[in-house]
Amino acid sequence: MLFQRLILAGVAGLSFLCAPARAQLTVEITGAGANRLPVAIADFTGERIAAQALASVVRADLDRSGLFRLVDAGGALADSATPPFDDLKSRGADAVAGGSVTASADGRYETRVRLSDVPKQAVLGNPAYLHSSAQLRATAHRIADFIYEKLTGEPGVFSTRIAYVVKSTGRFELKIADADGSNDQAALASREPIISPAWSPDGGKLAYVSFEAKKPVVYVHDLASGRRHVAANFKGSNSAPAWSPDGKKLAVVLTKDGSSQLYIVNADGSGVTRVATSSGIDTEPRWSPDGQLIYFTSDRGGSPQIYRIATSGAGLGSPAERVTFEGSYNVTPRPSPDGKSLAFIARNGGRFQLALMDLATKQTQILTDSAKDESPSFAPNGRMILYATEIGGRGVLAAVSSDGRVKQKLSVQAADVREPAWGPLVR
Amino acid sequence: MRALISISALTLLLAACGSQPPAPEQNPAGVESRTPGAVKVDTAPIVKVQPDSFDPGSIAALKDPRSPLSKRSIYFDYDSYIVKDEFQALLAAHGKFLSANPKMKMLLQGNADERGSREYNLALGQKRADAVRKGLVLLGGREEQLEAVSLGEEKPVCTESSEECWGKNRRGDMLYSGEF
Repeated sequence: MLFQRLILAGVAGLSFLCAPARAQLTVEITGAGANRLPVAIADFTGERIAAQALASVVRADLDRSGLFRLVDAGGALADSATPPFDDLKSRGADAVAGGSVTASADGRYETRVRLSDVPKQAVLGNPAYLHSSAQLRATAHRIADFIYEKLTGEPGVFSTRIAYVVKSTGRFELKIADADGSNDQAALASREPIISPAWSPDGGKLAYVSFEAKKPVVYVHDLASGRRHVAANFKGSNSAPAWSPDGKKLAVVLTKDGSSQLYIVNADGSGVTRVATSSGIDTEPRWSPDGQLIYFTSDRGGSPQIYRIATSGAGLGSPAERVTFEGSYNVTPRPSPDGKSLAFIARNGGRFQLALMDLATKQTQILTDSAKDESPSFAPNGRMILYATEIGGRGVLAAVSSDGRVKQKLSVQAADVREPAWGPLVR
Repeated sequence: MRALISISALTLLLAACGSQPPAPEQNPAGVESRTPGAVKVDTAPIVKVQPDSFDPGSIAALKDPRSPLSKRSIYFDYDSYIVKDEFQALLAAHGKFLSANPKMKMLLQGNADERGSREYNLALGQKRADAVRKGLVLLGGREEQLEAVSLGEEKPVCTESSEECWGKNRRGDMLYSGEF
C-alpha cells in the first residue's frame, strides 16, 4: 500500500517536469461480449459529488469490460440498506451494488460497498475503503475490481496501469496512464524515438529503448524516483527488453557480436550471457510466465517466424523449437499470463493482424480486421489484449478480448499513440 | 500568442527532460569514444578547389557534390539486406577513403520501412547497416573505424504509405566523424 502510494507520488513528481500537455487517452467501446451479465450499480449515498463520481467510474469500468450490461438501479442505495430485490428483479438485474461515502475526521473518506446477488437475495461481499479525495478514482477502480472478481471469478484489471508512447511533432513521450486512460503522466519526453516499453513484474519500473544517443540503448527507469540506468549499451544496437518473471533479469537483443541476437543481462546491466545463436535475426524475446522458456522472432528458417528456447528446466540445452508455421511473417510473440496461449502479429495478404494461438492445439485465430496491428500486450488477467494499430493514417491503441468479441479503441487527439504495454496487477 | 507560449513551455520542458543522465557506454567501442563535434568536417579550412582537380582522398571530398563520397545512402529491397551491385562503386569509394584516412570513424545507420514489427524492423535495419559495414571492410575500411547501428523504422525520411516512399526508407546511411 505504501509502495503503491510512493509510485503515485513519484509519477506525479515526474509529470511536473515532463507532462505539460493534457492529451488524455479516450476509450471508445466498439464491440461487446455476447452474454453480458446484467448488473445494477446504484448511486452511493453520502457526500454528493464524491459518491456520484465513485459510482460513475465503477459503472464505466464494468461497462468497458464488455462483460456486463448496466441496469438502472432506480435510485441511490446505501450499503446498509436492503436492496429492493423485487424491483431489481423486474429490471432484469442479476447483481446489485450500493454504497455510502462518509467524511472521516482527518479529511479523508470512508467508502463502504455492498454487492448482492439479486435472485438469491444474498450478500456477495461488503468491502470498505479509506481514501483521500485525490484517490476517488483509484478507489472506484478497486471497487470495480472487487465486483468484477466476485461476479466472474477472475481478477479485475481496472486498477492496473498502461504505458505507451505518444508521438507528436518532433516529440516523443513515454506515458503512463490508468487502464481507463485517465491520469496520464509522462515518464520521459525526448526528441528522439522511444520504443518497446516493458513493465517490471512488480510494476515499479519500465525498461525501454531510447534513441537519444543516436542509436538504440536499453534503459531501466524507476517510476517512483524518476531515476534510470543503462541496462544495455554495447557496440551496435541494443533493444527489445523483456523482464524475467522474477524481475531480476532482462532478455535483450544486442548486435555486439554480429546481427541481432538474444542475450540475458541482470536488471542492473551486469553479467551479459548469450541465450541463442543464429546467423540471421533473433529478436523480440518474451519469457513464458513460468520463466522456463523464451519465445522470440527469428528469420533463421528464411522468413520471420516465432520460436521458443528453454532457459532452464528440462529443455535446457535443446535447440530452439519453431512455433509458427502458417504464412511467411509471424512476429512479436506474447505468451498469455496463464502460459496457455500466444498472441502475435501475422501477415495475411499484406495485412498485419493480431492472432492468438492455443499452444496445446496450435489452433490459431485472427482477432482483428485491421491492417497495421503491432505490439500486442495482455491484460494481467489474460482477458483482453491491448495492441497498436492505425485508423485513418493515425496511430491508435485498441484492445480486443481473447475471444475476439469485446473491442475498444483508445486514442489521443491529434497525436500518434503506439507501443502499448499493460502493467501488472498491483495488490 | 497561445501557440508561442506553449512552444516555449515545451522547449523548457524538453530541456528539463533532456537533463536525464546520458548513457555511459559499456565496453566502449572506438567509434563512440569521440566526443560529438570534436571533428567538424564542415569547419575544416576552406580550400579553393580548382575545377576538375579535387583530391578524392581529402576530407573536403566528403562534401563535394562531384565526389562519389558525397553520396552516403544505399537502398535495399523489401525484407532484404543484400547490397545491390549498383552500390558497389559507392562502397568502393568509401572503403578507399577509410583506408586513406585511418583516423576517420564511420557510423552506419540502417533503416527500414514502416511495415511490420518495430523490433523486427530494427533488426532488419541492423542487418542492412551490417551488410554495408562488411562491404566496407572488404574494400579497405577497418573494423575499428566502423560501428553499425539501426534506427529501424523510427527515423523515416519519407512518411507516406507508398512504395516510392518505403523504398527511400529502406536505407543504410554512412556518417563520418563529426556528422553523428
